[in-house]
Amino acid sequence: MHYTFQWGVAFSYLPELLAGAWVTFHLTFIGFWTGLVIAVFLAVGQVYGGPWLRRSISTYVVFFTNTPSLVTAFFIFYGLPEVGILWSPYVCVLVNLILNAAAFLTDAIRGGVASVRKTEMEAAETLGFSMLQKIRYVIVPHVAKVLYAPISNLYIVFILGSALAAIFGVEELTGTAFNIAARTFRSIEIYSITAGIYVIMTVIASTILALVGRWAFRVKARIF
Amino acid sequence: MSKEGGLVAETQLELRGITASYEHGGLVLNDVSLTVGKGEIISIIGPSGSGKSTLLRVLVGLLKPSQGTVLLDGDTIDYDRRSHLKRVRDRLAIVFQQFNLFQNMTALANVTVTPTKIRGEAKAAVRERAIALLRRVGLGDKLNAYPDELSGGQQQRVALARALALQPEILLLDEVTSALDPEMVNEVLDAIRGLAHEGITLIIVSHEMAFVREVSDRVVMMADGAVVEIGPPAQIFDAPQTQRCRDFVGKILKH
Amino acid sequence: MGTHGLSQFEIFFTWQNALLWLRATGITLSMAALGCGLGFILASLLVYLRTWPSLLLLPVRLLVVAYVEIFRRIPFLVLIFLVLFGTRAMGLRMELFWVACISVTVMATAFIAEIVRAGYESVHRTQWESAAVMNFGRLRTVLLVVLPQAWTVIVPPAFSYFVMFIKETSLASQVGVYELMQTGKYFNNIGVSPALSFGTTLAIYFALSYPLTRLGWRIERRLKHRFRRPGGDDGLPTTRVLAGV
Repeated sequence: MHYTFQWGVAFSYLPELLAGAWVTFHLTFIGFWTGLVIAVFLAVGQVYGGPWLRRSISTYVVFFTNTPSLVTAFFIFYGLPEVGILWSPYVCVLVNLILNAAAFLTDAIRGGVASVRKTEMEAAETLGFSMLQKIRYVIVPHVAKVLYAPISNLYIVFILGSALAAIFGVEELTGTAFNIAARTFRSIEIYSITAGIYVIMTVIASTILALVGRWAFRVKARIF
Repeated sequence: MSKEGGLVAETQLELRGITASYEHGGLVLNDVSLTVGKGEIISIIGPSGSGKSTLLRVLVGLLKPSQGTVLLDGDTIDYDRRSHLKRVRDRLAIVFQQFNLFQNMTALANVTVTPTKIRGEAKAAVRERAIALLRRVGLGDKLNAYPDELSGGQQQRVALARALALQPEILLLDEVTSALDPEMVNEVLDAIRGLAHEGITLIIVSHEMAFVREVSDRVVMMADGAVVEIGPPAQIFDAPQTQRCRDFVGKILKH
Repeated sequence: MGTHGLSQFEIFFTWQNALLWLRATGITLSMAALGCGLGFILASLLVYLRTWPSLLLLPVRLLVVAYVEIFRRIPFLVLIFLVLFGTRAMGLRMELFWVACISVTVMATAFIAEIVRAGYESVHRTQWESAAVMNFGRLRTVLLVVLPQAWTVIVPPAFSYFVMFIKETSLASQVGVYELMQTGKYFNNIGVSPALSFGTTLAIYFALSYPLTRLGWRIERRLKHRFRRPGGDDGLPTTRVLAGV
C-alpha cells in the first residue's frame, strides 16, 4: 500500500462538504417538485388528450427515458450558448434534471392513472359522479396510494443522479468533493465521506417519505 | 396397541405429552399423547382450530414442540438434530390440504424428483414406479401436465402419488379433501381407500366423517389442542364417552 | 470559427470515425453487460447466503444487508472515483475500462440482490415446506424449486436494470474511458459542433436503449403467464428454523 490514510485531515473538510450537501438538497428539491408538477399535467394530457398531444408527450417521454442524463446535460450546457442562451451551470443542470425527472415521472403517473380499475369508475358513474368528482374521489386517492412508493423511490434515484452536476462545475456535494480532493490529494477519504453523506441523506429522505406515506396516505413502505 | 379383530401390532409411533405454541403465545397443542401401531389407520377429527393439522406438522418437523417426546419405533426423535430430522422425513410422508405441488414441474416430475434427485435412486426404475402410481390414481394421461393445468382434485391425487413414491412407512394426510370442490372429493377418497389394505400406517386428519368411520381402526377426537377421546369408530360416533365428544358428534351428525 | 458548415462534416463523416463510434459502442455495452452479468451472479450468491438461519452466519448476513443498503445509496459517479483511487492505492494499476467494470459490478450486485430477494419472496412458503419435508436441503430447494419459479419475477426488473445501466456507463467518461460519451466529447473538442457530436452520442444511446426496453416489455409479458401462484397456505404455525431446512 503506497497510501497513508489521513482521516483527520479529511474530516476537517466536513463543513465544506455539508455546504455542498445543502446545494444538492435545494437543487434536487426544486428540480423534483417542479418535475412532478409538470409530470402531472403531462400524464393527464397523455391519458385524456387528443392524438397530437398524446404523441408529442410520448415522444418527449420516450426521448428522455432512453437517453443518459449526462448527454442531455452536455447538450444543454454546450449547445445553448451556441444559440445565444447563456445560463449559469446551476440553471443548466437544474433544467436538465427537471426535463429528465418530468419524463420518468410522467411515465410512472400514467401507469398509476391507467391502473384505476374500470369497476371503480363504473361504480362512480352509477352513483352519478361528475368528472371532477370522479377525479377527486376515485382517481386521486387510488393513484396517490399506488404511486407513492414508486415516486418516493424516484426521488432517491434523483438525489443520486444529481451528482453529475459536479461535472459542470456546480458546487453541490460531489462537486465540492472533487474540489477538495484536487486540493488535498486525500481522494479516498474525501470520496468515502462523501459517499457516507449520500447514504445518510437518502436514508433520511426515505425515512421521512415512508413516515409521511404511512400517516398521510396509509401506505406501508419499507425503509430497509 | 391392537387393531380391531385381535391382531396385535407393535407400536410404531408414540407421542408423549406434546405441547406447542404459536409464535405470539397461546397454546396450539396441549399435552397430546397418542400411540400408533404398525399398519394402523388412525383418524383425527375435531372442530377447526383444534390442533389436528398442527399435530401432523410437528411430526414432520415443521413445528417444534415446546414440550414432549416423539418416538419412532422406540427411538426418541430429537427434532433439533439434522440427522434425526432427516431420518423422520425419510420414513414419514405428508400430503397437505393445499396440495403444494411444485409449480415449475410436471405431474410426473413432481413424483420422480425426490426419489431421483434427493435419494439417488435409479431414474428408469423411479420413472416406471411414478407412472404406475399416477395411473393408479387415475392420472395416467396427465403425466406431463403442470399443476396450473390440473383441477384441485387432480392436483391432490398427484400429491398423493408423490407421497407414495417415497415408499413411506407412515403416511400423513392433512385434510386432503377440505380444499376441494365437492365433486372432486370422492375421487381422492377412492384413492385413499385403496391404500387402506396395503399395510401402510395412515394418520388421517379429515372432516369426511362417513369416510373416517369406514376406513379407520381408531379415531382420535381433539378439541382446543388436546385429545378428548380415543376409540374405535363405533365408540366415537355411536357411543362417545365424553360430553365434548358427544357435543361434537351430535353437531356433525345432524347433517 | 467561421469554418463550421462544410469542414465540420468533412471532419466528422469518415470511415475511421465510424469505427471509433463502433468501438465506443462496444465498450459501453461490454461495461454494462460484464458488470451486470457478474453482478447477477454475485447477487444470487449473496441472497442465498442470506437464507441461512444459523447463528454462526449472522455477522455474514448482516454484512450482506449492509452492503446492499449502502451501495444502493451511492451515486455511480462517486463510486467510480472511489474504485479508481482505491485500486490505485492498493497498488493495482489497471486499465480504466476495468475500473469502470468493477464499479458497475459493485453497484449492480447491490441492486440486483434486492431484485433476487424479491424473487425469493414471491415463491410461497409452502413450496419451501414441501421440499423440506422431503429432505431437499436448502441448496436443492433453491435450485430445483425456488429459482425456477422466482425467475419470472427476477428477469424483467433485472433486464431493465441492465438497460438502465447502459446509459449510466456514460459517467465512465469522467475517468477517461473511451466509451460513447467520451467519444462525443472528443469530437466536440476537435471542432465538430455540439449538435453533431453529442447528437450522435444521443442517437446511439437511443438506438441501444429503446429497442432493448421494448424487448424487456415483451419478455415481461411472456413471463407473466408462466406459472400461476399456488392457492394459499393453511395459515398454520411453523417454526422458522425447521421450515427453512
